[in-house]
Parts: sequence; C-alpha cells; structure tokens
Amino acid sequence: MSIEAHGIRKRFGAFTALDGVDVHVPAGKLVALLGPSGSGKTTLLRIIAGLEFPDAGSGRVLFHGDDVTDVPAGKRKVGFVFQHYALFKHMSVFENVAFGLRVRSLRERPSKAEITERVHRLLELVQLAGLAGRYPSQLSGGQRQRVALARALAVEPKVLLLDEPFGALDARVRKDLRRWLRRFHDEIQLTTIFVTHDQEEALEIADEVVIMNEGRVEQVGTPQQVYDTPATPFVYQFLGNVNILRAPAMAGVTGVRARPEAENTDGVIYVRPHDIELSHHDGSGSGLSAIVRHIHAAGPHARLLLEQVQSREHVEVEISRAELSDLNLRVNDLVRMHLRQAHSFDEDYAI
Amino acid sequence: MSSLTTTPFATPRPSAASLPRADRDPAWARWILTAVALLFLAFFLVLPLALVFAQALEKGVGYYLASIREPDALSAIRLTLLTVAIVVPANVVFGVAAAWAIAKFKFPGKSLLTTLIDLPFAVSPVISGLVYVLVFGAQGWFGPWLIRHDIRIIFAVPGIILATAFVTFPFVARELIPLMQAQGTDEELSAVTLGASGWQTFWRVTLPNIRWGLFYGVILCNARAMGEFGAVSVVSGHIRGETNTMPLHVEILYNDYNIVAAFAVASLLALLALATLAIKTAIEWRTRGRA
Repeated sequence: MSIEAHGIRKRFGAFTALDGVDVHVPAGKLVALLGPSGSGKTTLLRIIAGLEFPDAGSGRVLFHGDDVTDVPAGKRKVGFVFQHYALFKHMSVFENVAFGLRVRSLRERPSKAEITERVHRLLELVQLAGLAGRYPSQLSGGQRQRVALARALAVEPKVLLLDEPFGALDARVRKDLRRWLRRFHDEIQLTTIFVTHDQEEALEIADEVVIMNEGRVEQVGTPQQVYDTPATPFVYQFLGNVNILRAPAMAGVTGVRARPEAENTDGVIYVRPHDIELSHHDGSGSGLSAIVRHIHAAGPHARLLLEQVQSREHVEVEISRAELSDLNLRVNDLVRMHLRQAHSFDEDYAI
Repeated sequence: MSSLTTTPFATPRPSAASLPRADRDPAWARWILTAVALLFLAFFLVLPLALVFAQALEKGVGYYLASIREPDALSAIRLTLLTVAIVVPANVVFGVAAAWAIAKFKFPGKSLLTTLIDLPFAVSPVISGLVYVLVFGAQGWFGPWLIRHDIRIIFAVPGIILATAFVTFPFVARELIPLMQAQGTDEELSAVTLGASGWQTFWRVTLPNIRWGLFYGVILCNARAMGEFGAVSVVSGHIRGETNTMPLHVEILYNDYNIVAAFAVASLLALLALATLAIKTAIEWRTRGRA
C-alpha cells in the first residue's frame, strides 16, 4: 500500500517540527527517513501512524489514495515499532504478540487456537521460536526489537513504521539486525518506513531515502542518487565526509575534471575525500598543488591531510593503500590534486 | 574521607581490610550511629506503641474486649469503616483519573491541577474541616438551603465523609503521578496502534503497570482515612453513638478519664497501623524483587 503525505505542517509551541512536507512512498518499498535530530523525521512518522496530527488545515495523509488524516491510529492498519520497543513489561513474549488479536471485538477475534498458531508462526518468522514464555526483561535488545516487530505484524498491518529501529542497540547487533531487516522486508514485501539519523544505515538498506532537515525534505532518491548527486549543501555534508573548498582556490586551475556546474562559479566547491586523485608534483601545471601534512594509514583506506599551497585550506583525501605505496608519499611532500568529481551550489545555498 | 588523607596517592594499598576506606566508616562510628538510631526508635516509636497495648490490657483481656464491644465504641468502629468504605474507593477513582490525566496528556491548566492535588497536604486538617463548615454549615453558603430541604451534612455522616475524602485525596494521585510519568506513554500508544480501545488500554496496559504503586497508595489512603482526627473533629459535632469515628471516640474516652477503654480503642488503630506497615513493607520487598 502506498503512503502519501502532502503539505504537512506541525508546530509544537514556538518550535516548527514540520514545515510543509511532501512525501510519497511507493507500495512495497523500504524507505528511510534520514535526518539529524530535530529534523522532524520522527514527528512525520508519528503523523503517518496517526499518533500525532498535522496542524489544522495544513495537510493530508493518504494510504493507497484514501485520505486517512482523520482516521485514528487504531483503525489505520499500521504496525508501529517504537525506538525503545515499548513492549508490555508485565506480559510474556507470547502475550505481547497476541495483544493486537486479543483486543479485537468478539466478532473479529480469531479463536484461541488460531491466535496461538499465528503467534507461533510470527515468532518463527522473527526467529524467536522458543522464547514465547519469556518476559521482555529477560531478552536482549535485539530480541526485544524483534518481539516488537512480531507484535506489530500480528494485526496484519498494511504498512510498517519503525522509529529508529536500531537506535538502542550496540554497534555489532545493529549491523546484523539491519541486514536481517532488509532480507525480512524482501520476504514480506510490506511497505515500510523507518526513521534513522545514521546515514550509513539508510544508504545500506533503504530502497529510497528521504533526507530531512529542519522540518523540510531536502532530497528524495535512491541511496546512489542522493549520495552521488546531492541536491543541497546540507545533503552533501550529511551523507559522508566532504571537503569544502573556496572557489578562488580553483581559479586558473586546469585539468579539473569536475561536473559542469563546478566550473565558472564563485561559490564553494564540495569534494568527497575519495574523489580526489593524487599525483607527484611533476611541474606540468595541471591540478592543485598541495603539501602532505599528515598520513593516516591504519585502516582499510589511507587518509591524508593535505594543505593547499595557494589558499592554505586543509583538504582530506582518501586513497587506497596500494595507491599510497605506489606514490611513496611522505609528510611534507608536494603533490598535485585532481578532482575526479566536484559539486557546487549557488552561494545562496551555502551553509 | 579519611582514606584520602591517610593513603598517599598512587601508593599501593597493603591490604584493603587494614586501611580505612572511603565507603566504610570506622567500626566505633558505625556502632554509635546505629545505637543512636535504635535508641531514638525505641523511645519515640516502640515504647509508646508498647504502652498503648500495655495500657489497653491493664485491666485484663475481659475489660479490653468489653471496651471494644461497648455500643458507642462499636458505633465508632462502624462509622470509621463506613467512611473508609466510601472514601478509599472514591479517592482511588479520583486519584487514578487525575494521575492518568496529568501523566499521559498535555492540557491547559495541568500545573494548576497538579498544585491543587497537593492542597490537602499543604493546609492543616482543621482548616480543611472548617472550610466544609463554612460551605455547608448552618451559617454557611448552602446552610439555609440545606436546612430548608432537611439535608444534614455538617455534624452528620456526610460531612465526616467529605472531610475525610478531602484530607486523603492526594495519597493515590501523588503515588501514581511520578510512576506514570516515568513510564511514559509508549506502551499505551503501542496498544492504541494495535487497535486497543481506551478502556482496553487502561485495563490491560496502564493498570497492570501501576498496580503496586496503586496498592501502596490505597494502603496509605486507608490508614489516613481511619486515623484522621482534625478535619473530622471540626465537622462531626461529637455526637456519641452517631458521629464519632474511632479517633474521636478515643479522645472522648480519654477526656472522661476512661484511660483503659481509650487505649483499648486506640490499640485497634495501632494494630491497623502495624498491619499497614507490614503490607507496605511486603509490597516494597515485592516490587524491589521485580525491578
């Protein structure tokens, strides 16, 4: 089921959480709402779930084309997983998962045997078969997360909404669980939106990423699109490391293989550390001259800190360790930088 | 403290036991502090309590039982139980409703409501009683109207119940508000997204989460409702066999120099206090075990 939100505004007192947000999530996709804290991503998710409501007269939420703006959360058929899971502490895992079925009216409630069967099937689906009798306090963070997921799925929702699903987990479990979520999503094919502030997480598993900042949508696109062609300086900086170079540094530089808009501009230029190529200073005059100030070679890639000769700006460069040993660079060596890909925005946009 | 001055920095300790430690005071200090606390307890709590029972049983078990079975005493016990039977359930409903509203919702006037709940704790019980006299008494705002319609509130059972309800109002709410605030609303919202109605959410999610706090609040409320003297004294009129609760009856007997009977009735209240303490400790032990 597709989800649409049009012109959503939400203020909390003097704070504007959402300032006219439009989002369209195609059916069956796994979409990430990505942004720093305070960007409004969780508020948007809660509005889609029906746990919050947009400011009067501001916008609509559509499920599969139907306006659900005024439909209460319980009737929207959404599965919502809270950041801290919000499991019912006094109920066993089984009872937690069965809750959504047990509270149904007598006519719609499945029989006892059906409920038991369904709960066990769900627990198997989230790989927790055998833990039905445990209480939430006896589970690890990752297990609680999956119980919350099973509980949300028990009511056969049309969409799944996850608020910072990996936020409360430690780094290792996070990685495992997010890959698991991707496979899981491929298996159940349920339209899913998850909120995260972790760009790596969003880029790794989402079909589409919605990048938010200060209550607005900055860009929507596939991970590849938003990473390779950021629409705004904010997106550029938010998605990974970036060097911001003052344009005068580029004046008179030839051999810059930049995108067209990077030329003849007096704004700033954004270059990712891995989009800079280094070569020995051969006196040919192409590229930018820089001095190696620091070499950090521990890790999968070598990271170099260079100082540009002309502007004295610092530039971070990432090259493979093989390249580093080919170049045989030492601190204080003079090198040439070639920008493989750079990007600029109008000065108006600059942060 | 002393370990910081006697143990030089970075010097390895020869043995933990032989040196004074910051988290452990010397033995003599511990003994003296414990002894002082125990002596204080003995003098101010255990001794008076023991005295109540000693005095009550001074003339033997027969006299003790007779003092309790005497009609005025029985009437006082009945009235106290009646008051408790009405006030405690009413305050449970008010307290849960108020705590639920304050802890789980945002609404204008919330801080005012929070302050008002504390009002009965802030004012002297005598004043609480006087307020009811001023409102419902013969010279009060509603007095003439009440007299015309032959409704008796002051110097009658309704007044006693109102005054007791007022004085004991904060117990349940005060116990629940911090608990419910700490628990937040995520579990309730989860229940809502799973399709539960407001009632289902309350009975299946909220209530089980607050049940021990609620029980604790009920016990405190009950103890105070039985023992309330000041506010009830003002509105009761002290009519023997009619508007005397147990604390008032104790006072009357005492003023009549019927010391043994006074202590006999007082011992019932003391027993209640002990039972309350025992249950409270059991609950605390139980909740700690769960946490």
